[in-house]
Amino acid sequence: MVKVTYVAHDGTRTELEGDPGDSVMSLAIANGLDGIVGECGGSMMCATCHCYVDEDWQAATGARMDGEEDMLESAVCEVTERSRLSCQITLSEALDGLVVHLPEEQV
Amino acid sequence: MTLIEGHKPITPAGGVAVWDVDPYDTEILRDPLEYYANLRAQGELTYIPRYSVLAVGRYEITRKVFSDHENFVSSRGVGLNDFKLEDPWRPPSIILEVDQPDHTRTRKVMSRALSPKVVKGFAELFQDTADRLVDDLLEKGTIEAVTDLAEAFPTTVFPKAVGMKDVNARHLVDYGAMVFNAVGPDNALRREAMRHAGEIVPWINAACARDRLSADGLGAMVYASADDGTLTEAEAGMLVRSFLSAGVDTTVTGIGNALWCLSQNPDQWDALKADPKFIRPAFEEVLRYTSPVHTFGRTAGRDTEIAGFPVEEGSKVICVLGAANMDPEKWGDPEVFRVDRKPVGHVAFGAGIHGCVGQNIARGELEAVLGALIRKVDRIEPAAEAVWRPNNAIRALDRLPITLIPN
Repeated sequence: MVKVTYVAHDGTRTELEGDPGDSVMSLAIANGLDGIVGECGGSMMCATCHCYVDEDWQAATGARMDGEEDMLESAVCEVTERSRLSCQITLSEALDGLVVHLPEEQV
Repeated sequence: MTLIEGHKPITPAGGVAVWDVDPYDTEILRDPLEYYANLRAQGELTYIPRYSVLAVGRYEITRKVFSDHENFVSSRGVGLNDFKLEDPWRPPSIILEVDQPDHTRTRKVMSRALSPKVVKGFAELFQDTADRLVDDLLEKGTIEAVTDLAEAFPTTVFPKAVGMKDVNARHLVDYGAMVFNAVGPDNALRREAMRHAGEIVPWINAACARDRLSADGLGAMVYASADDGTLTEAEAGMLVRSFLSAGVDTTVTGIGNALWCLSQNPDQWDALKADPKFIRPAFEEVLRYTSPVHTFGRTAGRDTEIAGFPVEEGSKVICVLGAANMDPEKWGDPEVFRVDRKPVGHVAFGAGIHGCVGQNIARGELEAVLGALIRKVDRIEPAAEAVWRPNNAIRALDRLPITLIPN
């Protein structure tokens, strides 16, 4: 199991456990977490699963995927260097304990 | 080798379910639910002798195969014909019928042109058009919703969004129907659709030329990629053609199916009217519940496996998206239409790198139409039996008589 902590805009922390291969987006959706919409289902065709990777986890989650940058331009909240589309972060044992912060709005 | 429907006949691996069914039978295409359930009941993988194809319909395996572009390629066609063995009816699409790395280049151009940000720029056009159209229809009261609304809306706004100078609503709708019927077998539906190719295809190709497009539409955005060297001029024309293949008939179907769902489920219409925040999730549920694109195929690009069964190179695999979207293992109560379901992960737009690139514009169009309806219409009542129009890949209505009762 891989633990992920989602920190909502108001500071509420939700800890979920996923399997390697799940995405940060799909784990949130499977658990009905508010704050991630994931409208396109992970095809990198929308920007409604925007998250900010916690500073301590930036190296472990790695660089943005090819094309992710383009889609982030459509995010409604500010895009920073820590911004990722959570559908493009695939869980692995190396990400156990991952912390991501959620924007105020997704649509 | 004698081909079957333009592909290599295969012998299924031992243990694969064999089911003698015609998935393209017009009765099944009109009312597919029992076929979907039977296909899922066969097992993870089914061999259909009539066309010598493999089929998947359970949710997990369908999603897996459909998005596994490494093993199951698109470049050999997403229908029954194997483009490696037989020439397709038109030059292959350079975004749909292509694999990486070529796909990545064209896909990027299209996903930029169709990003949520770009679509937001069309919000006013979509909303004004929807408002006016619904006002006009309320004057009539009882309407035939396929022609009067489902076709009328996209054929008004989409050519404007693309920036087309030439508009022929009938050709636009029929071209889509032709492209989608062509992914099925060489049956009566496909032949009938193709009968019009001689008239429609040259019109479509001409309408995609640079000088037939305005400077401020989606078409011009694609041609800009020819100016900067990302695409050739011919490729830009091909991608504009893709807008027309995949952007009209599909949204026509989405709107028609949405009206059908809401006219059949008045409690869900009420729920939607009570809270507009359900507009977008409601459309996702329409997509899941009706699967406007019900079946698309892939070709095994190498010897591989599905659910542990060996699959030989060149095997055609039909991915029955409609069956996956109705799988109770995934959805619990799939037969219930619920606007608050939020069915993230449905495969109506496909999945993975070939997932529908126009999905944002489809959502934008539906948001405008449903928004206008819930603001202006009190009730939607069926006025006569809905009639479905069989198509080898699209589940669309032929006629939907409804009465719109104003607020």
